[in-house]
Amino acid sequence: MADTLDRVKKIIVDRLGVDESEVTPEASFKEDLGADSLDVVELVMELEDEFDMEISDEDAEKIATVGDVINYINNHK
Amino acid sequence: MNLSLDNRTYVVMGVANKRSIAWGIAQALSNAGARLIFTYAGDRLEKNVRQLADTLDRDDSIILPCDITDDEEIEKTFATIKEEVGVIHGLAHCIAFANTDELKGEYLNTSREGFLLAHNISSYSLTAVTKAARPLMTEGGSIVTMTYLGGERVVQNYNVMGVAKASLDASVKYLANDVGKDGIRVNAISAGPIRTLAAKGISDFNSVLKQIEERSPLRRTVTPEDVGNTALFLMSDLSSAITGEMIHVDSGFNTISI
Repeated sequence: MADTLDRVKKIIVDRLGVDESEVTPEASFKEDLGADSLDVVELVMELEDEFDMEISDEDAEKIATVGDVINYINNHK
Repeated sequence: MNLSLDNRTYVVMGVANKRSIAWGIAQALSNAGARLIFTYAGDRLEKNVRQLADTLDRDDSIILPCDITDDEEIEKTFATIKEEVGVIHGLAHCIAFANTDELKGEYLNTSREGFLLAHNISSYSLTAVTKAARPLMTEGGSIVTMTYLGGERVVQNYNVMGVAKASLDASVKYLANDVGKDGIRVNAISAGPIRTLAAKGISDFNSVLKQIEERSPLRRTVTPEDVGNTALFLMSDLSSAITGEMIHVDSGFNTISI
């Protein structure tokens, strides 16, 4: 579990240029981490590559917070 | 006859990130010895382009903003290019845009604004930059744009972008005729679907990739490197009498029917 969180954190920090301490499960990509819609699409693509999985358009639209990402990955492993 | 692009300068428009087709083209041209000028639209992409340009084996790349919907800015960008390098030998145009909500459902529902936006950015921009680049291509050269099968046939969800690509394809032929007398060639690469940032805006894109893997003659999807190699051919003297043409780099998918 911790491993998933660390890998997700690294992607978010790299992609959005935010501080690691800001990447909490409650943090909203758009409101707290300053992501625009293109950032979110890029994040989804990075996550698909990192975890070798496919995130459907419908599921991608539901992702709002860092916690949503962690849950999604843990539920689809 | 020479495949090397040593001592030549090319403009690459449309790098968004490491997955961009434009980046695949940039790498192929750079590996062949070309000096590159990158243009980007919007501040959010500048950082990406700079980071990527830094990974090239050379440090003489030039990075400039260019909003291709703004004629004055296009003029300014090419004036700067002229000051910096004098002559350019080619240009890769890898720019397209449509509203995401019009890349699903029925084409019929395309709004007037959405139609004009897609055509302005995805099609007219080639004409605008060809006009701006022509005076700098005093030694002749090659212009390459990116198109897609959706401009020739119906591809589900591609919608207004397909109609814009059809307009782009026709522009390639007319532009080729205009600038051919200056020794400038204009061609299009029709690439198979590639998992880029732009492609992700097309509804249900992952299933499109699956179809290519299953049904294309080569049974594989296409990479930015595949496209880069063909762009290198079109930019080089090896393609010296090819103009107004469209080359499919799509694992042969366009040849397949049911």
